[in-house]
Amino acid sequence: MPIEIPKDKWPGKIRTVTVGATAADGGTRAKAITVGGETTLPYMHFENPMPHRPVIAIEIKDRKPEDWSPLLETAWGEAMNDPAAWAKAAETAGADLIVLALSVNGLDGKPTRPEAAVAATKAVLGATGLPLIVFGPGQVDLDNELLVPVAEATKGERLALGICEDKNYRTIVATAMANGHLVTARTPMDVNLSKQLNILISDMGMPADRIIMDPTTGALGYGIEYGYSVMERLRMAALQGDAMTQSPMIVTPGFEAWKTKEAKVGHGVPESWGYWKERAINWETLTSVALLESGASIVVLRHPESVKRVKMAIEELMVA
Amino acid sequence: MALSGIQIYKLLPQTNCKECGFPTCLAFAMKLAAKQAELTACPYVSEASKKQLAESSQPPIRLVSLKAGGLEVKAGNETVMFRHEKTFFNKPGLFVKVKASEGEAALKAKVAAADAFKVNYVGIDLLVDGFAVEADGGDFATAVKAVRSVTKRPLILVGKDPAVLGAGLGVLSGENVLLYAADSTNWEAMTELAKQHKASLVVSADGLDALAEITENVKGKGLEEIVLDIKAAKLGPHLALSTQARRLALKANFRPLGYPVITFAEGGEGRDSIVAAQAIAKYSGFVVLDRFAPELVYPLLVLRQNIYTDPQKPIQVQPAIYEINNPKPESPVLVTTNFSITYFSVANEVEGSGLPAWLVVCDAEGMSVLTAWAAGKFDSERIAKTIKGFNVADKVSKKRIVIPGHVAVLSGELEAELPDWEIRVGPREAVDLPAFMKQAL
Repeated sequence: MPIEIPKDKWPGKIRTVTVGATAADGGTRAKAITVGGETTLPYMHFENPMPHRPVIAIEIKDRKPEDWSPLLETAWGEAMNDPAAWAKAAETAGADLIVLALSVNGLDGKPTRPEAAVAATKAVLGATGLPLIVFGPGQVDLDNELLVPVAEATKGERLALGICEDKNYRTIVATAMANGHLVTARTPMDVNLSKQLNILISDMGMPADRIIMDPTTGALGYGIEYGYSVMERLRMAALQGDAMTQSPMIVTPGFEAWKTKEAKVGHGVPESWGYWKERAINWETLTSVALLESGASIVVLRHPESVKRVKMAIEELMVA
Repeated sequence: MALSGIQIYKLLPQTNCKECGFPTCLAFAMKLAAKQAELTACPYVSEASKKQLAESSQPPIRLVSLKAGGLEVKAGNETVMFRHEKTFFNKPGLFVKVKASEGEAALKAKVAAADAFKVNYVGIDLLVDGFAVEADGGDFATAVKAVRSVTKRPLILVGKDPAVLGAGLGVLSGENVLLYAADSTNWEAMTELAKQHKASLVVSADGLDALAEITENVKGKGLEEIVLDIKAAKLGPHLALSTQARRLALKANFRPLGYPVITFAEGGEGRDSIVAAQAIAKYSGFVVLDRFAPELVYPLLVLRQNIYTDPQKPIQVQPAIYEINNPKPESPVLVTTNFSITYFSVANEVEGSGLPAWLVVCDAEGMSVLTAWAAGKFDSERIAKTIKGFNVADKVSKKRIVIPGHVAVLSGELEAELPDWEIRVGPREAVDLPAFMKQAL
């Protein structure tokens, strides 16, 4: 019984965005990473091939974080004390690119100094040839104070700088434009807010192919369904031709999953939660896979075992 | 074949009586065509029209139901490709597979452990739905009997030989089992067996063409309780085929594939969880795990709960005083709304900080702080009523509450409503709460 398979034909296309510049393009990266370019819903290879596979970023910090799960400390060990060593370990663990998340405070408890942020960024760039995304600590003034010198010190590397939010994007966008970088634009799980922030950033003159959308997500059990559906809707809007939703999406399932009690802690939890480490890895992995299938191009992870599994999932999903 | 709105309109009384709740018969017809209304809402539709509409109003994906011991696992009846379009209705049943060759004692121990599994998620008890027993040698009837002796939940019997499956069915009575599987070689005998035992039948084939051919054959023999086994070795092809089958059923009203799908999550630790997760999100009605482990089942059941949440009705948490990090009378009182994400954001941040607090969750009809405030569901009156209603004053020594920064404007009114209390304005975002609590309280 030959069946005619219904195929969706979409007028729109996800933009291709390239993170990182090689020597040929004025940077020092061993290779650049390109995402986007889809003309179908995720992994519908029978309609049109996906030109670029989704990629995995591993999140590292400029100094050893105090509030990460002991499981993550065990996984990364001594490397957590040195961003360069950590970046190298992340590359070995299979990262396609690195996210360097700057801390609010240094180990001395004082706000992170711009020089320290620049030094950490340069150390990471020196230790690995992977493209780099740098996130500020998430406080308006401090973000600007740190990201501007980082952007200037790495001119031409085509980093992605984040996190632009509606309350704070101008300074980051301006310095990204001036120094040949990209930005990530985060909005709280809402299609229209995502679109609006993209418009605001574009209005400043930032080329659209240098914006990555971060629609925000919740972890499994903590609101993932909102992020999931917002991403599906954003992807459909983009394919229908809405130019301001056509940026590739980055999400941070590692950050979200490792905040949850299910992943973070192993003691004082119900027995029915099962074996801690495997549960934690499942939490991060399932959050990631659900978001990949709803349209994520870059997933930012924390645990090397999750990286291995999500990588396997991506390879299988790319099979036509 | 599905009728268009106009075709349906022609079959309606066209009196615009409005009793169906829609302003005109045409509007009602359009809703019927979009499967957003039920024909029973029209009291005047003729019998002839009813019959004609029955075919088109049949669910595009047939409901298949497994029953045993008063428990039921339903799959099918889905109407949309994406949960945001409406909602997904019947949560896929999560089954654990055991093998007859494992022997009676081992089977019983394994099944009993999974059967007793219960995990609480936002006040809901999540459970394993049933068991699949594979006929892989040994005495199948004895194995099925052993499994049935330790669980009341619905069963799937797995095997290729109708005679062996029949032996398994022979020890069960008064239940609706799912048989796996009919293929191009054994479908006739399997269909007879399923009919004889009021069982549902999985049809298994490589590719949708072959699958549709067998389902039509089975249906031709009078069995419609069919489940599809979409065989694909990798995640990508499985996703594509599942999507195609669902599209054909929903968009093209293609009956031969209008049945729920069963997925076997294989590949061991590291892969089976991912296969099962994809099956839950993308269209399977039954998911069978090769093994039972709480750390595998818990996240999958939570994912299922999340994906199958009605997007129109946000998950709410029970309005109450939540104790975080064992608060003492002098610990601070924080106020927020009962939108689940709002609650989780606040609870997670405070919990993560290790600081004790009383978290008072107001009934704001499941809305976030700003939305609820704008809609008048989170105002000083409601907050005051909640504080009084839960007798918060009896629990604390310091009468001081912290309200979200987004509703700072309420602090004046709230002082009037709660004259004995000190009202403090907290940060706008939950993420800033730990710092606020350390510095300002």
